Amino acid sequence: MSSTTAAHHDEHHDHPTGIMRWLTTTNHKDIGTLYLTFSLIMFLVGGAMILAVRAELFQPGLQLMKPEFYNQLIGVHALVMIFAALMPAATGFANWMLPLQIGAPDMALPRLNNWGFWLLPPAAILLTLPFTLALFGIGDGAIATGWTFYTPLSIQGGIGVDFAIFSVHLLGISSVLGSINVIVTILNMRAPGMTLMKMPMFAWGWLVTAFLLIATIPVLAGAVTMLLTDRHFGTHFFDAAGGGDPILFQHLFWFFGHPEVYIVLLPVWGFMPQILQTFSRKPMYGYKAQVVSLWAIGALALVVWAHHFFTVGMPVPALLYFMYSTMAISLPLAVLFFCWIATIWKGSLSFETPMLFATGWIVLFGIGGLTGLVLADVAADAQYHHSYFVVAHFHYTLFAGGMMGVMSGVYYWLPKMTGHMFSERLGKLHFWLTAISFNLTFIPQFFLGLAGMPRRIPDYALQFTEFNMISTVAAFVLGFSQLIFVYNIVSCVRGGKKATDRVWEGAEGLEWTLPSPPPYHSFTEQPIVK
Amino acid sequence: MNSNEKRQQDNKKLGLKLLWIVGAALLFGFALVPLYNVLCTVTGLNGKTNATADVTSNKVDVTRWVTVEFTSNVMPGLGWNFYPEQPSVRVHPGQIETVNFVAKNNTNETVAGQAVPSVSPGLASPYFKKIECFCFKRQELKAGETKLMPLRFYVSTDLPNDVKAVTLSYAFYNAVKPAN
Repeated sequence: MSSTTAAHHDEHHDHPTGIMRWLTTTNHKDIGTLYLTFSLIMFLVGGAMILAVRAELFQPGLQLMKPEFYNQLIGVHALVMIFAALMPAATGFANWMLPLQIGAPDMALPRLNNWGFWLLPPAAILLTLPFTLALFGIGDGAIATGWTFYTPLSIQGGIGVDFAIFSVHLLGISSVLGSINVIVTILNMRAPGMTLMKMPMFAWGWLVTAFLLIATIPVLAGAVTMLLTDRHFGTHFFDAAGGGDPILFQHLFWFFGHPEVYIVLLPVWGFMPQILQTFSRKPMYGYKAQVVSLWAIGALALVVWAHHFFTVGMPVPALLYFMYSTMAISLPLAVLFFCWIATIWKGSLSFETPMLFATGWIVLFGIGGLTGLVLADVAADAQYHHSYFVVAHFHYTLFAGGMMGVMSGVYYWLPKMTGHMFSERLGKLHFWLTAISFNLTFIPQFFLGLAGMPRRIPDYALQFTEFNMISTVAAFVLGFSQLIFVYNIVSCVRGGKKATDRVWEGAEGLEWTLPSPPPYHSFTEQPIVK
Repeated sequence: MNSNEKRQQDNKKLGLKLLWIVGAALLFGFALVPLYNVLCTVTGLNGKTNATADVTSNKVDVTRWVTVEFTSNVMPGLGWNFYPEQPSVRVHPGQIETVNFVAKNNTNETVAGQAVPSVSPGLASPYFKKIECFCFKRQELKAGETKLMPLRFYVSTDLPNDVKAVTLSYAFYNAVKPAN
């Protein structure tokens, strides 16, 4: 059978239907849809957890839950949001859009792709199952160490820690498989004539991400494996009684943990310039500079990890090294920021929902970046470490910089994926509610941190009450306005105004040359790029 | 057809090559364990010095005084009392000094413990020389037994001038992991 007849044949949707379609699928669009759906569900699960936490923090004292349960909620919230919401969202976009953007018929390793996704639901179940088990009197609940698994606390923890370790193993295997697939797809499957330097920026962002993932996830897997053997098999990697060192765990964890920040953000930095250029109706500014900056940030990300524990008692030369190298990251990042701003500079801007999120993202992510510089300063960090300032900072990077970026991407590509336009009115309402309530949630936390409120504690001193009340009310508005997002997506999938092939007036790129929605098998004959 | 198959093979090959990076990263993670220890011992970072010092060429610098303070902790899971006989001593750099720690087993069975030392400020740790220490090996106490545990040390004359006090902290751990 030649490839052309195969393509013809496939137009009749030669695949199982119902649940088996999704279980056995090797189609990049199906798997992309699975990833994105999973991500949306877990985003709501993680959000519900943190709303319970915010409710507890509405006023001082303990009202709703025991401290142990509070500790479980904050740790699982973080693990769910990072590993089960943000990372799968990025992988979902990669699956859906990379083949379309580079003119490939599918991902390079389709079966691996199927595996990569179907490891995720068991991992999510492992992570959250201890909550349910505790209701039946088995164990004492989920992991209560925070998402960082710090020893010696995690050595002493209950079965929740073991469940989280195995969950991280599965999540890690899934991301490694996904990354290998992305690298092979980008390097081997590009349309004829598409040289590396003609690739869409999203492909560059993901290429750096994928290399970071395969270089750091195994280190995390090793670290949690050592933790597991310390807990059950009598080793002493992190156990001081046997000559181990608990601080070693922090080094291993953050060797993965800091690149992880960029793993979550780089795909967004990839597709954001594409969104900005679409709604500015002019070409992307500084393509080469952006590519070089992405790689520079990827490389620097691997050598700055210890700034996450400046206060652990490192010698001054080490402190200085990690401070300067961390601050050095702001240089390539500033290049990116200037490129993004220059892309929209003097463009004919129009503010459809994706562009609202994109411009809001530049401002809010900028605040996240600048407050990060404050924390990178060793002298200042001694005061801000482990305070709510840190919490506010990383939510500006991960919620505004990560999640709002993902939302922008969802609104940008949803008409392409579904063939229907979503409701602009609801999209704009979603943006304004999200942006305003997000700021009202986290700006007070900056002040709380500066005033000395420590993070990860269910109770607090009386003088912090007002800011915490504002933060909690805003957090609930933020949480519930995401239901608009869900409603908008669901109704867009079910129907709506027919989307054109190009969808957006200024959209450029191969994905917009296909019909909306694209056929089940696309680019079986690769386009030639000039 | 042919080009399709060739591409699939190319993809598999590249995928397998990338697995080598994954394997190397995994090995690197485990290699960090010894590397970290080597780095800490060589540089004396993190207060990690537990080597036996030799006593050759020992000049005493009588122009300086250094206060050496002792703190002790018994970690959970070890039913002992453990404390230094005196909270601190004043020594000249280079002067060999012996102090005693007292350990008492409050349980009614024989228990082995391991003391883990730490020196702060961390920068002073390479200059803190232990000639003889109970922390060099596991210590066993019979039920109810009390034992004097000696420590012979000196502070090197190379100790930076701005360090006036050095704190030596011991954490005593149960050397056998409790079954739970």
